Amino acid sequence: MTSKEKIVKNKSLQTNGSGKIAKKSNFSSSNLSSLKKNEHLNLFRKMYLIRQFENACGQNYANGNIRGFLHLYSGQEATGVGAISSLKDSDYIVTHYRDHGHALARGLDVNRSMAELFGKKTGLSKGKGGSMHLFDASKKFMGGHAIVGGQLPLAAGLALSQQYENKNAITTCFFGDGSTNQGIYHETLNLASVWNLPILFFLENNKYGMGSSIERVRAGGLDFFPAMDTYEIPSMEVDGMDVIAVKEATKIAREKIIQNKKPFFIESKTFRFVGHSYADGQKYRHQDEVKQWEQKDPILVYPKKLIDMKISTNDEINKIKIEIDEIISDAVRFANESEEPNLDEIYDDILAE
Amino acid sequence: MPEITIREALKTALNEAMENDEKVFIMGEDIGEYGGAYAVTDGFLKKFGSQRIKDTPISEQAFVGAGIGAAAGGLRPVIELMSISFSLVAFDQIVNMAGNLRYMSGGQISVPMVIRAPTGAGVQLAATHSQSFETWLAEVPGIKVVCPSNSYDALGLMRSAIKDNNPVIFAEPALLYGSKSNVPDEYFEVTLGEANVSHKGEDITIVSYGYGSKVLTDSVNKLNEIGISPELIDLRSLNPIDYEKIILSIQKTNRLVLVDTARKTGGIMSEISANINEKAGEWLDGPIVRVGSKDVPWPYNKTLEQEVLTDSDNILDSIKENYGI
Ligand SMILES: Cc1ncc(C[n+]2csc(CCOP(=O)(O)OP(=O)(O)O)c2C)c(N)n1
Ligand SMILES: [Mg+2]
Repeated sequence: MTSKEKIVKNKSLQTNGSGKIAKKSNFSSSNLSSLKKNEHLNLFRKMYLIRQFENACGQNYANGNIRGFLHLYSGQEATGVGAISSLKDSDYIVTHYRDHGHALARGLDVNRSMAELFGKKTGLSKGKGGSMHLFDASKKFMGGHAIVGGQLPLAAGLALSQQYENKNAITTCFFGDGSTNQGIYHETLNLASVWNLPILFFLENNKYGMGSSIERVRAGGLDFFPAMDTYEIPSMEVDGMDVIAVKEATKIAREKIIQNKKPFFIESKTFRFVGHSYADGQKYRHQDEVKQWEQKDPILVYPKKLIDMKISTNDEINKIKIEIDEIISDAVRFANESEEPNLDEIYDDILAE
Repeated sequence: MPEITIREALKTALNEAMENDEKVFIMGEDIGEYGGAYAVTDGFLKKFGSQRIKDTPISEQAFVGAGIGAAAGGLRPVIELMSISFSLVAFDQIVNMAGNLRYMSGGQISVPMVIRAPTGAGVQLAATHSQSFETWLAEVPGIKVVCPSNSYDALGLMRSAIKDNNPVIFAEPALLYGSKSNVPDEYFEVTLGEANVSHKGEDITIVSYGYGSKVLTDSVNKLNEIGISPELIDLRSLNPIDYEKIILSIQKTNRLVLVDTARKTGGIMSEISANINEKAGEWLDGPIVRVGSKDVPWPYNKTLEQEVLTDSDNILDSIKENYGI
């Protein structure tokens, strides 16, 4: 019996939050009735926006408008959109360098996001951050962090500020499977647990850290959430290709964090359909595996379900697609036409007054 | 004017800040129940409670990072590292996160945080506990670095550091916690980035900071005995560096000696030497002289350690040798 089976079998999702809980989430999009039509369409809209944004990024990388490292979120949309749709405006979000999806899911300005990737003055960070460092403090979106694992304690600190000031809010920190092999991951889990911080650790397990499959680099098997017992952090596993499942899991996690005043951990099983970054030949994995996961592509599966279950229609879905395509081409135009930063801005934004 | 130790000065500034601003809190290893490795926060837990005096696990990366996050979230953390040598463990958070956060967010996020850390050799703690990494940290554009040599500066700099809206590394010379000097009763602050001409003189400008400044004070008499009147500058701040005061002084003395108790190679004095050479080289009548500790790991043995550590004789010898006195 693997440790995962043991835990799933022995423990049910408890509501008192004392001690350890770990359970495979059993929400799925077969359970579509919990949401209004409007909410469904918004989830699709966001996921499609991200996919098309990423496609546009790819093109503009190829033609030289975007440089540096570019990590696309394509394939993982259900995870980011589902999770962020269950957070409140008062919650902080911190994420890793594969951050376009989270930024757009949070509602960051599409034009200014694209302009940031183009390095323009109108970008979210005035062209100083780039693809890996998207920020919008006014939306409590606190980055975009490119040192693997480095964002974890930042999130713990934001959660500490919420706890310190008795805010009825949480901090959600997204990170990849690769960061779980950093010491800082273990330090932060322990710290958050002993200090009872209102933080949601959100693991996007896409099975690979660059070219390293978790099978090769991780002791303890393919599941991460059972290890949370060690830190006394309640945890949950969720199908990261299923936007409703992720949304529901995150909603529950958020409630538990607020109620029990303790951290929570979600492991979302997901997959990136594209290379790690733009320059990745993907020699480390078989295309069959990619093909298999593409069967679960949320951009295809979810609207099909909505149509099959007569929640929406082909026309409505197509109309959304046309709207979004327009938004994306506007964003590319905006980024293209925006000014370069002035040279004297080099010295701005280093120190605060 | 009461005479107090640097430890008491720091304690006074921290206590004031805790009393005046709810957003200020202190965290670090064994700062609460234990009272702090150098007893600076002794008694604070009882007075302010465990919400504001936070004992941390031995996880420098996590609690330094959490301090940055708390600051980004609007609080004003003061973090204690047991030794500046341990900053290495948290270097990524200090440099990549605290130092870069404001810039890469295009000015959206600031990090009003102080990291206090004992620094320097001289107490026989050997190689891993005796280093002076404030000199490394002074290279990072987004953080300020200060280091006091006396109680007045310790109190005034700490008051300013806690009020500052940027990450400030506050290096505290381990040898000087018990060192006493006068502090006025009236409230004052010391502006971050301003050096102090601590002794007026005519013949040579000698620059140092922290424990080095203490060594300089001890060498004034020896220099006077051989007929040299030194002007002493205590940097107080390693980032930014007060070049104006240094240049003003060498326009009078035309000679510059840079003294560091950190290792000589790659330290802050190398940087100052290069900069003065470029900015004001024409005012100098002789070479810029650097005096620093020997380029070896810090030894434990007392005699060996003292041999490595910069002292007033090293300063005297270097001056005689380089200026042919
Ligand atoms: C400290 C550090 N080491 C290495 C890298 C280079 N690097 C960038 S992303 C990455 C893989 C991370 O994988 P994972 O956390 O699973 O996230 P994913 O890319 O799958 O979203 C590596 C090794 C880095 N940015 N930071
Ligand atoms: Mg991964």
